[in-house]
Amino acid sequence: MNVDVMSRTTNRIDLRALTTGLIALGLILVIAVLAMTIGAVTLSIGQVLDGLAGGKSAFIVTQYRVPRVAISILAGGSFGVAGVFLQGALRNPLASPDVVGITKCAGLGAFLAGILTPPAWAIWAVPSGVFAGAMIGALILLTVGRSFGGGIAALALVGVALGLFAQALMQYVMVLFPTRADQAMIWLAGSVYGSTGTKVVALAIWLALCLPLVIVASMKLDAGGFADDTLISLGISPGLLRGGLIIVSVLLTAGAVASVGSMGFLGLLAPHAARLMVGARARHLVPVSALLGALTLSAADLVGRIIALPNEIPAGIVAAVIGGPYLIFLLIKEAGRHE
Amino acid sequence: MNDTSQSRLSSKDLTLGYATSKILEHVDIAIPDGKITALIGANGSGKSTLLKTLGRILQPIEGTVFLDGKAIASIPSRDIARALALLPQSPISPDGLTVRQLCRFGRHPHKGMLARITRHDEEIVEHAIAATGLTDLTERPLDRLSGGQRQRAWIAMALAQQTPILLLDEPTTYLDIAHQLEVLELLRELNRKQGRTIVMVVHDLNHAAQYADHIVAVANGGIHAAGRPTDLLRPALIKIVFGVDAMVIPHPIDGTPLCLPFASGQ
Repeated sequence: MNVDVMSRTTNRIDLRALTTGLIALGLILVIAVLAMTIGAVTLSIGQVLDGLAGGKSAFIVTQYRVPRVAISILAGGSFGVAGVFLQGALRNPLASPDVVGITKCAGLGAFLAGILTPPAWAIWAVPSGVFAGAMIGALILLTVGRSFGGGIAALALVGVALGLFAQALMQYVMVLFPTRADQAMIWLAGSVYGSTGTKVVALAIWLALCLPLVIVASMKLDAGGFADDTLISLGISPGLLRGGLIIVSVLLTAGAVASVGSMGFLGLLAPHAARLMVGARARHLVPVSALLGALTLSAADLVGRIIALPNEIPAGIVAAVIGGPYLIFLLIKEAGRHE
Repeated sequence: MNDTSQSRLSSKDLTLGYATSKILEHVDIAIPDGKITALIGANGSGKSTLLKTLGRILQPIEGTVFLDGKAIASIPSRDIARALALLPQSPISPDGLTVRQLCRFGRHPHKGMLARITRHDEEIVEHAIAATGLTDLTERPLDRLSGGQRQRAWIAMALAQQTPILLLDEPTTYLDIAHQLEVLELLRELNRKQGRTIVMVVHDLNHAAQYADHIVAVANGGIHAAGRPTDLLRPALIKIVFGVDAMVIPHPIDGTPLCLPFASGQ
């Protein structure tokens, strides 16, 4: 009887996670198809397929629309997973790479790299700046946090302060170089505009390299929910566990920021929505959060492209505009269920 | 030492606290194997700090904790976790865990970095759950358990860790009388039937008197006295350790010392 109860409970939860995942995946595909057909030139699905195969619309499809869709999915998924790991590491549902300053440090690094190097170098200088910024930010976060005892509150507060500092520095640099400010603003809001095949390949390779770390981090994520005293009692080093989760989160964030700019909000939204839908266990939370991140960013980009034709609204802004109220809706629904 | 023939866990000349304010100094303690030891003392006396230091959650300012004759700081944490488990006063768990999932974490020290839970682990987990009387609640999330059930679930996790030594920080706090006794009876059973060494911080003197074989009284920045409850629990000691007057009479049921504190004015 006991086994029966067990399998029923487990099955029900698995089924819900599976359904949620499949629905999200289906929606991502629908949006991907729409995103390839809609635009300045409207194509039929047949024309898109033809273009993919190298036909008449090949240029617009493979050079412009496919990279954009692919980048949205990859970067959105990365933000989603990065957020899950960071929230798990800091045991705080309000943490995200944005809130603890990582995306801002990455942005500062990119901006400085863009200004201090000749424009011709930008293709590698800006991503390098992103990684340098994100890593230096994470290093400061972990070292300063550690000197305050390495507790969760210390890490979170240091992160917030770090983010404010990076933002202030960036604004100062923008005042010094007003001619570059526009470009920086768009980049800071986050945009998928101008995605190229090279960018897709670069991000895909980066994420493939991160994948083993992501798998290990996912297996260790649940343990992050214990307080440090229990972790020590179990023979797990809290510093290693939380530091490791933060590092993996930073690696994913850096890859995503280098491709689409700062969209830290996704790292907050996707894990939250995923947790409310499929619960807090890592095996469900990580994949669903990745799917929801990908879904949100691709939907936001599609909306941003068509809502104000012929102009475009950066996907980061649309994601925040759609995502904010949606998150509030989910929280209200969740609160209602507890009453 | 009193009745300590054997002691796997001990300390030498511990100084505990913070650089600026020391809580305990010159602590030499030997935890008797296979016995229930109760740490008693007033609020802020440092008994909980002492327990956490014995369980290497906190580092001493000076001195050494020994496990099987080796300095605990020199033993890999995972090895220590196979010898002793510590249950904090208000443990925090990941969201949404069931009793079974919680107990599986207890197997961590026995497994490789990324090893999966085996059939053997699952049997140990089920055994631990049965020992704490939670078999019917195995698949229930922790947040849907009563306070007493939840405390037993955490004890089950520590049992799944299969450590000969179990340290508990105020295991009966926040529980009503029935659940307090339930937890204490469970600990006694684990000690008597499985021979586990138990060290617990206890608030209620009479619980210490009834359930402990060995009492360590912490007061005035050090260990004031240690010994059997019948030898130790005297009005003079209660006055020094807790600063209250008390009458001590034999418990009408089992003859253990029964402490009846009273305010001096009465």
